Amino acid sequence: MDELLREYLPILIFLGLALGLAMLLIVASLVMGAQKPDSEKNAAYECGFEPFEDARARFDVRFYLVAILFIIFDLEVAFLFPWAVALKDIGVFGFWSMVVFLGILTVGFVYEWRKGALEWE
Amino acid sequence: MTILTDIMAGLPEIFLAVAGMVLLMIGVFRREDSSKLVTYLAIFVFLVTAVLVLAGPSGQTIAFNALFVVDGFAVFAKILVLLGAALTLVLSVSYNQRERINRFEFPVLVVYAVLGMLMMVSASDLISLYLGVELQSLSLYVIAAFRRDAVRSSEAGLKYFVLGALSSGILLYGMSMVYGFAGTTSFENLATVFASNEGGGQPVGLVIGLVFIVAGLAFKVSAVPFHMWTPDVYEGAPTPVTAFFAVAPKIAAMVLFVRVMIGPFGALVEQWQQVIVFISLASMILGALAAINQTNIKRLMAYSSIGNMGYALVGLAAGNETGAQAVLLYLSIYLFMNTGAFACILAMRRNGRMVEGINELAGLSRTNPAMALALAVFMFSMAGIPPLAGFFGKLYVFLAAIEAGLFTLAVVGLLTSVVAAFYYLRIVKLMYFDEPADAFDRPGREISAILVGTGLVTLLFFMVLSPVLNGAEQAVRLFFSA
Repeated sequence: MDELLREYLPILIFLGLALGLAMLLIVASLVMGAQKPDSEKNAAYECGFEPFEDARARFDVRFYLVAILFIIFDLEVAFLFPWAVALKDIGVFGFWSMVVFLGILTVGFVYEWRKGALEWE
Repeated sequence: MTILTDIMAGLPEIFLAVAGMVLLMIGVFRREDSSKLVTYLAIFVFLVTAVLVLAGPSGQTIAFNALFVVDGFAVFAKILVLLGAALTLVLSVSYNQRERINRFEFPVLVVYAVLGMLMMVSASDLISLYLGVELQSLSLYVIAAFRRDAVRSSEAGLKYFVLGALSSGILLYGMSMVYGFAGTTSFENLATVFASNEGGGQPVGLVIGLVFIVAGLAFKVSAVPFHMWTPDVYEGAPTPVTAFFAVAPKIAAMVLFVRVMIGPFGALVEQWQQVIVFISLASMILGALAAINQTNIKRLMAYSSIGNMGYALVGLAAGNETGAQAVLLYLSIYLFMNTGAFACILAMRRNGRMVEGINELAGLSRTNPAMALALAVFMFSMAGIPPLAGFFGKLYVFLAAIEAGLFTLAVVGLLTSVVAAFYYLRIVKLMYFDEPADAFDRPGREISAILVGTGLVTLLFFMVLSPVLNGAEQAVRLFFSA
């Protein structure tokens, strides 16, 4: 059991550091910053949207399409990083596995291009 | 060298994946409407894949670091899945054309769904199992909502997606529990871990994980109490899609269920048997009782398929070689009966519009005697009347149950098939003894051909019973000896 717990020690240290740093930042801004609150500043930050409005508002479906396409290629890059770092260990087989994966993604990319999913107007 | 044997073992799947991409490119690069061409090519691809499956290595081959296994059991199931998918694609051509949902993405999605199913039946690791299930499910969610302008179809797709995602989560949670307590995801290693635990009792966490996995898989075969999505999805999805849902994914999920329960979890048979017995009983009872009040034939078929999965689960509950063999036999018969019944439903078109009410079939024997005869054959077969195919399916699962000492299951199974016979025979009565409604439009040639083909197989199944039974026996023997 001790052995198992010791393996989790770095996580405990990380947790402590994260908590400490967060507290430090909040306290520092409270103590050192100028406080001039108004209603806009006190409102929750919602990435540019109004914080309180009808959740069923319509917005262009193209935003959704772009977001989905973004996620696919974002994930691809997320796979590419560990692959590039470990390329020396995984050898030829690892190299070609990724090439096959990229090939399949390219087929999907060609499809969405031909379908006109990348054109805004 | 090992890579070469790996690729040989997975050749049908690799071919199917590449073919799917080629079909996608053909569809997207041709200027004119290519849905028909891509559909025919997809049917051809399924046939070539079936040949590759049959030509593959005999005996048991474990490939890709024990993620993938090819054995007789998988080969048998793959042939059934490919056949079911090819038949439903044939049925879909004219329907999609007439309903104006003839997009070439449909056959491509079916190809990918089938690829996922082939992966499922060949999985020999929890990870590859999950990958197969997801590839299949994601494609199915999309084709459920394929008529995207219709509220019903979108609703079916969304419902299926939400509940399917939930069940995948349950499945994954169970797998993580099993992995946490057993320390491995490979079926072979899991089996040895469980076998070595046998004397001292299994850890509770493993049993909990097992129950979650059973729940996740029960959802995929739409067994009670995880069936609620089935009637709505069957009713809302376009009819060829419903025909596809009722056959190929059910076969793949059922075979996967058998493989997982008997393979890695074989030593835990006492723990899972009671669960399977319960869901089997519940499915048979609900399938029989809930179908009685239905007026929509697609909903009726949904409850009928729930009941049918209950009967197939009887074979699994037996947990022995005869049981697994009976499941394979049941599924092969189910494939022909159901495809035929859906071909009839697709022929229910009056003045160019689809009708789905059961009452619309009234007096069909006078307006279209051939179709009435075919539908009567399927209904009698599903009711389990000898010498039609459905009788043998039920006979062998009940025999397996009795051999395993599960008498309650066999008795309840018999009783529920009597209840179910009521609604199957009601359709026959409507067709033969009621005042005729207006005639249906003439069905297309491909629908008639499939009606005749599946009707003959259902009618004359006793003539091919012994080869199919032998095939199933060999498939199962390899599986059990491994």
